[in-house]
Amino acid sequence: TKRYSSESRENNSELFTLTYGALVTQLCKDYENDEEVNKQLDKMGYNIGVRLIEDFLARSSVGRCHDFRETADVIAKVAFKMYLGVTPSVTNWSPAGDEFSLILESNPLVDFVELPDNHSNLVYSSLLCGVLRGALEMVQMAVDVRFAQDTLRGDSVTEIRMKFIKRIEENLPAGDE
Amino acid sequence: MADEALFQFLHSEIIQYVNSAESGESENGRCVSKLESMGFRVGQGLTERFTKDTPRFKDELDVMKFICKDFWTSVFKKQIDNLRTNHQGIYVLQDNKFHQLTQLSAGKQYLEHAPKFLAFTCGLVRGALSNLGVKSIVTAEVSVMPACKFQVMIQKM
Repeated sequence: TKRYSSESRENNSELFTLTYGALVTQLCKDYENDEEVNKQLDKMGYNIGVRLIEDFLARSSVGRCHDFRETADVIAKVAFKMYLGVTPSVTNWSPAGDEFSLILESNPLVDFVELPDNHSNLVYSSLLCGVLRGALEMVQMAVDVRFAQDTLRGDSVTEIRMKFIKRIEENLPAGDE
Repeated sequence: MADEALFQFLHSEIIQYVNSAESGESENGRCVSKLESMGFRVGQGLTERFTKDTPRFKDELDVMKFICKDFWTSVFKKQIDNLRTNHQGIYVLQDNKFHQLTQLSAGKQYLEHAPKFLAFTCGLVRGALSNLGVKSIVTAEVSVMPACKFQVMIQKM
């Protein structure tokens, strides 16, 4: 049985954006420096990512990706669209095809946000990096994710750089081959 | 538009974080109050945006109706099932199928964890009311999940 129609799953995005903002504010109170906050956000994102992938695979009809280009397409056109309602463009491929950038025209996480001056090292949307890393790890891909540009910090676009590290081998218990 | 799964996962991750930062029995209260104060900020922000174009509320009851209908629908996609009041500043809002608890249990299992999953929402309601000029204390009570009662005590100014 289908529990939700696709429309009714759409939530008030302000709720998510404001809740995320409250979390970042709390972390900035709890930790002394911005790097610690970034790390914590990334970690929480990772935990979300490993759960979100299940939701994603169950709801989309996406099968296994055969290469990193296909992965990039699925992330930008299906996953971002489904969860944040935006479609980033995929650009800046490395010659080896193991690195690309997601360019976000708008980032729903940063609506109503202005960074105070004393948080110059805060990567506000770090959660996204963790989500991407965690989700991809569950489909056997180790990927490095970081923000290369951020409109919050004065750049003209927001750019997430993704670098494929390796395929994770299925872990068989020792002696069980 | 954000998907509701995102808020759901973020909410449980926040609970997890606050809980691990404040470990131990005596810290339980601090954990709940931290979640509550985060909810408060969010509730304030949300009402500010929801009421941009609505006419001024007539009285306290009108404000409570707004919370039960429009606010609850915007946030949890359903209305409060029952609103009761003693006409002396106490309101009880009952949700028979509270969104944050439906994934958790349909009975008494995990009942001891329920307060953590309600604290943020208590703050949400208090923040929303506060931005509409109503100072209150909001608590929640669960006897069988996923039903839940929120009690709003209006503080006279």
